[in-house]
Amino acid sequence: MSSTHPLDANDVIKVASLARLSLSDDEVERFTGQLARILDSAAEIAALDLGGLAPTAHPLALVNVLRDDVVRDSLDRDDVLSQAPSVNDNRFSVPKIIGDAP
Amino acid sequence: MSIVATAESVRTKQTRAVVVADETLAAIEARDGDIHAFLHLDAESIRAQARGIDSQIDAGQHPGRLAGVPVAIKDNLCQRGVPTTCASKILEGWKPPYDATVITRLREAGAVLVGKTNLDEFAMGSSTENSAFGATKNPVDPSRVPGGSSGGSAAAVGADMVPVSLGSDTGGSIRQPAAFCGVVGLKPTYGTVSRYGLIAFASSLDQVGPFARSVDDAGVLFEVIAGHDPMDSTSLAISAPDVMTDIDGGVAGLRIGIIPELMDGSSDEVRARVVAAQDALREAGATLVSLPAPELLLGLAAYYLIAPAEASSNLARYDGVRYGNRVDGADVSAMMIATRTAGFGDEVKRRIMLGTYALSAGYYDAYYGQAQKVRTLIIETFHRIYQSCDLIVGATTPTTAFEFGSKTADPMSMYYSDIFTIPSNLAGHPAISVPFGTGEAGLPIGVQLLGPALSEPTLFRAAKFLETEVGR
Repeated sequence: MSSTHPLDANDVIKVASLARLSLSDDEVERFTGQLARILDSAAEIAALDLGGLAPTAHPLALVNVLRDDVVRDSLDRDDVLSQAPSVNDNRFSVPKIIGDAP
Repeated sequence: MSIVATAESVRTKQTRAVVVADETLAAIEARDGDIHAFLHLDAESIRAQARGIDSQIDAGQHPGRLAGVPVAIKDNLCQRGVPTTCASKILEGWKPPYDATVITRLREAGAVLVGKTNLDEFAMGSSTENSAFGATKNPVDPSRVPGGSSGGSAAAVGADMVPVSLGSDTGGSIRQPAAFCGVVGLKPTYGTVSRYGLIAFASSLDQVGPFARSVDDAGVLFEVIAGHDPMDSTSLAISAPDVMTDIDGGVAGLRIGIIPELMDGSSDEVRARVVAAQDALREAGATLVSLPAPELLLGLAAYYLIAPAEASSNLARYDGVRYGNRVDGADVSAMMIATRTAGFGDEVKRRIMLGTYALSAGYYDAYYGQAQKVRTLIIETFHRIYQSCDLIVGATTPTTAFEFGSKTADPMSMYYSDIFTIPSNLAGHPAISVPFGTGEAGLPIGVQLLGPALSEPTLFRAAKFLETEVGR
């Protein structure tokens, strides 16, 4: 049996940060209540003794799928870039990643 | 008229694809102002596709099995050059650079792609109330939801705007709205229909499938879209299952399981219709066998950990870099946070956070790990059940369509409407919802037939039988 503790506002702030979401104070309060209630219902399975069972990640017994190594068309570069928010010199463009030099 | 009959009329020039297209546009014009099933519709494109079909016929060519048949498409399937939003602001205005495989197959069969239908944002929901572009109304009673997440595709067929449509089903998102709108809906065996170009929600559960006015139409559409696709590494290495050859074979000799738990908590009117379906099956020569399986009810809690966990990973791609909308920020991290915060609605944020939590260090074993073991338990339970029966008959949903706003404040109460549909997704098995009469308020009730992997031919036979018995 595994242990769980009730979800609190600090947990919600942490997972929001991990998921790259910003929440207002009101949202933290509301989501904490809602997520805690969902996790309450998950507690029924968290408490089960399932020691002998292997986990299932996928309904099919997946194996690597290989294809012949032949050249074929890929998506057109201009088509793809035409849908990007910002493009510079045939590349996706983003704001600066590394801070200014001291 | 069945879609086979429509295609035959178009092929033999008893009617023309452009006439069918104009009738479809007129039906949409008449109904969709009230229903709001469509997020995107381009009348000129519809007419141009239809003219193309007619020209092929005039040139003596065979345009395919769905010649001139109008098909509506859930807006989480990529169609080249056509806006595809997933009903999310984060993808508003995005035009995919490629076609989903199911779209390619519809084109090759001569279908006319009518437009993109409404859904709960990223297919997360059971009512279409989570669409960023407004809810769809139930065509039977506009004060009620059409179900979800494929509510637009169900309502478009239910309101007779199109004869058939495509949806996707991760935990019931085809079968539940089919039941609510009084139409047929199939969740195929995992791997029978390509997911290439289906925008991912929970990849181990998602499957594309048909909505139709009749079981025959659903079967034809399923045969057209199914079959191996090298572009989907989880596609089964089989050709499309043949469901039409024996569809009129009846149910005599079938062993059909009744799982009491798959009616647990359903309303009296739903229960009464399921019992009527069981009686009809028995009288027609099927053997009904009661097989209690309380383990299946654990599926709901497992699903609401597994699906959010997979979604939290799949939706990490919406970062304002390669496609969709961007909200500017001082640096790349601030830009990503601003983009995702503005672009996702509340239910999507809830599920991303729930999934992130269930996968995070310290909670993985208790939540995601346990849910994966419950998934094994459910697969083993089905395996035991199918030693004793060929199919299962039960309710699709615990209740008929509910009123707008009645479940939005409490996510758990909304999730509960998927309790009977979720086990099939966890096991990768097929299941079909067939309209089987109405409740006291005249709202449609669906009966669900479930079977083991690749049992679609038997499911369609039993569904066709129930369709003929709907008046009882």
